Amino acid sequence: MIRLIVQRLLLLIPLLLGLSVLLFAWVRALPGGPATALLGERATPEAIARINTLYGFDQPLYIQYFKYLTRLLQGDFGVSTRTARPVLDEFITRFPATIELTVVALIIAIGIGIPLGYVAARRAGSIIDHSSVVVSLIGVTVPVFFLAFILKYVFAVELGWFPSTGRQDPTINATHPTNFYVLDGILTGEWDAAWDALMHLVLPGIALGTIPLAIVARMTRAAVSEVQNADYVRTARAKGIKPARLRGDHILKNSMLPVLTTIGLQVGLLLSGAVLTETVFAFAGIGSFLAEAVFNADYPVMQGFVLLIAVVYALVNLFVDVSYGLIDPRLRRQQ
Amino acid sequence: MSDTPEKTPATLPGSIADDRADDRADDVVLRVEDLCVDFRTENGAARAVSNASLTVRRGQTVAIVGESGSGKTTLAMAVLGLLASNGSVAEGHIWFKDEDLGRVSTQRMAHLRGTELGLVPQDPMTNLNPIMRIGQQIDEGLIDNGLRSRRDARTRTVELLDEVGLPDAGRRASQYPHEFSGGMRQRALIAMGLSARPALLVADEPTSALDVTVQRGILDQLAGLTEDLGTAVLLITHDLGLAAERADTVVVMYQGEIVEQGPARRVLTAPQHDYTKRLMAAAPSLASRRIEIARERGLDDVLDDALLAPGEDGAADGTAAADFLVSVKDVSKVFSIRGSGLLSRSRDFTAVDGVSLDIPRGSTVAVVGESGSGKSTLARMILDIEKPTTGTITFDGVLVGAGGHRDQIAYRRRVQPVFQDPYSSLDPLYSVFRAIEEPLRAHNYGDAAARRARVEELAEQVALSKGQLRRFPAELSGGQRQRVAIARALALSPELVVCDEAVSALDVVVQAQILQLLAGLQEELGLTYLFITHDLAVVRQIADRVLVMQEGRVVEEGTVDEVFDSPATDYTRALLDAIPGKDLELAL
Repeated sequence: MIRLIVQRLLLLIPLLLGLSVLLFAWVRALPGGPATALLGERATPEAIARINTLYGFDQPLYIQYFKYLTRLLQGDFGVSTRTARPVLDEFITRFPATIELTVVALIIAIGIGIPLGYVAARRAGSIIDHSSVVVSLIGVTVPVFFLAFILKYVFAVELGWFPSTGRQDPTINATHPTNFYVLDGILTGEWDAAWDALMHLVLPGIALGTIPLAIVARMTRAAVSEVQNADYVRTARAKGIKPARLRGDHILKNSMLPVLTTIGLQVGLLLSGAVLTETVFAFAGIGSFLAEAVFNADYPVMQGFVLLIAVVYALVNLFVDVSYGLIDPRLRRQQ
Repeated sequence: MSDTPEKTPATLPGSIADDRADDRADDVVLRVEDLCVDFRTENGAARAVSNASLTVRRGQTVAIVGESGSGKTTLAMAVLGLLASNGSVAEGHIWFKDEDLGRVSTQRMAHLRGTELGLVPQDPMTNLNPIMRIGQQIDEGLIDNGLRSRRDARTRTVELLDEVGLPDAGRRASQYPHEFSGGMRQRALIAMGLSARPALLVADEPTSALDVTVQRGILDQLAGLTEDLGTAVLLITHDLGLAAERADTVVVMYQGEIVEQGPARRVLTAPQHDYTKRLMAAAPSLASRRIEIARERGLDDVLDDALLAPGEDGAADGTAAADFLVSVKDVSKVFSIRGSGLLSRSRDFTAVDGVSLDIPRGSTVAVVGESGSGKSTLARMILDIEKPTTGTITFDGVLVGAGGHRDQIAYRRRVQPVFQDPYSSLDPLYSVFRAIEEPLRAHNYGDAAARRARVEELAEQVALSKGQLRRFPAELSGGQRQRVAIARALALSPELVVCDEAVSALDVVVQAQILQLLAGLQEELGLTYLFITHDLAVVRQIADRVLVMQEGRVVEEGTVDEVFDSPATDYTRALLDAIPGKDLELAL
């Protein structure tokens, strides 16, 4: 297990190096060079020359890359051209919002998807099974931004059950020691602030969780359909064990491996920032910030965020791989 | 239950009325009466078992014998209430003591399964939950049925594992199934089946997935335990020899019906029904000689002379190469196994250790041994799938694996495999025609019309009808699939066919048909066979010469008669002794 973790962490090094080369080359390859990218297309030649000297864009590429890499290793991801704050600070401030949203989306996807898939498989051909297929299809086919708009229009604008935008009502004067707003409210005892932050998470959470829900339900259904007919399940029934134990220890647990893989991939995607959902709900996570960076040609933010998201994605997948071993002893030995 | 059960060779007369008359009420554990089991299918109900009646008494072993699809497993599963969800008892009764198992509630049935009825399932590799510790899988039954408290369950589990002869049971109980060998798993499954001390144990092909020597040990253990505990056993098997050896009463099933039943000896020595007679005739056993057709080739004398060469430094003899299609000289194969720790080194594992063998053209050489003896690795090296670590293999005088890619492709034409499992070695999405045609396409054989003609010719050779060419593997029986695999292997007119356990997965009747087919094809096409098998009875039917392998080495070799009639090593004797049905031959 430790061997696996060490191996995978070591593999991160070439991965990130390769990515840094790509990101470096990408900005250098922009039309007009990086200075134009920073100043805009109408910049004067003098201004461009000044920036080139200031940032060392006139030096040979390998020296530029080496300096870029050295700064990265020191945790310096550059400064946002739009907010003038360090990219890393921007990331750290906004990442908790994305994590909160991801957690809510996952709770919805797993909490509904697994039971739905399980029941569908156990009662194959029933109404529940057929409706789960329909729900899954809708979940996968409806575009996220469309769903997000519908949810916002119906439940926020028309019915007013949930707030429509943001992470918290601006009139609430809450303190934020961790930037996880729900957690902050609980830690500081500001219950109304925690509740308000939670309410702000519901609609974006549903919008974001629908696709993973559909996928998790389908995977669970497929896995349970197979496992419930396995020889060892019949043998377990032959032992006359309690139905709850049969369902839990024998059927569900054995079905969870493929489902776990799916969830892992989804978590990675969710944490990479839900650009559309965060934008529709004006939710200040990394996704909406990255979108704004793209609109404003904020290259340092794009470069830095892509690299940081890659690290997060890799770590999440490592965590998923390690958790296989917790479920399946056969993999533990291979790991 | 007070009187000790005497092993009555219980007579099972045809009519149930008679049966009732001589019942001692408390002695009958299970009575199946006119049982019919239906499966719901898209084409309406399909009857899998019809009008089956049988009785099992305390301490008695009743064997149900039949080929796959005969309904024997369905009957057993109906008794346990474990029919697949589309199956149900349509008519008749399953009396267990005084309850009709076809009528009791689901909860009651579950409780009975946990206490009074036991199951030892067929395949030890798939019948244990892979992600749960062995001990826990036995504990849970004890706990859920109130036989032991949560605290005491493990102690009892270790006792049970110890009882079935699992060494170091205490430590083993906390291991997972993948850490157990097949034989150990089967022991664990027996411990599980007997954990509640059931009155009736259903043993569904309990050892057919195991090596013969392991098989014997496990059957002895099972027989000893059930005798000590007075457990009634319903033994499901396709192996007549095993039934003869282990059962008091034999029930023969064919196409869902019981065609014959009676005391084991009587059924096997004086079979009444045609099917039983066919089953008897097909059963491979030590008594069965090589298939006559192979004998008639008249090659034997020539072969016997040629075969004196190997072992007596025939390597120096340049002419030897011409007589032998394949010549294996001092071949070893070493695999390195990755270590498990962070810094541990890889270990070497010698699968094949200095093996030499020669296969004369047009003959059949068999390599026998248990799993892990290196016989399959040897076959893979001869097929040029694995490269030997040391030593050489020559085919028709040319070194195997020495040439380039082109030579390798040419070699593949001349040497073809037939693998063990006809279920997994055929692509389920290929029609039979396409499966047989594929090698022809791969080796650019003629145009579409020529290929079609060749496929039809091959189909005829292996006795497949033209209509079957359009079918898919799922629509064929195991024997038919193996015919397809043989036709595919023969498509390119190879000289050597390597049969890796090619008939092991088949029922005896089908097995005999396939062996006949192979012998006939050898006659017709002058083929050379290398047979890899663990089944000595098959060897006697088909082979000219036999090599016995153990732990990567050849421990004995000779003609079939030499090896079978006067085995030179203890290992070979153990293998021969382990074949079920030796008693059967004495009886015949």
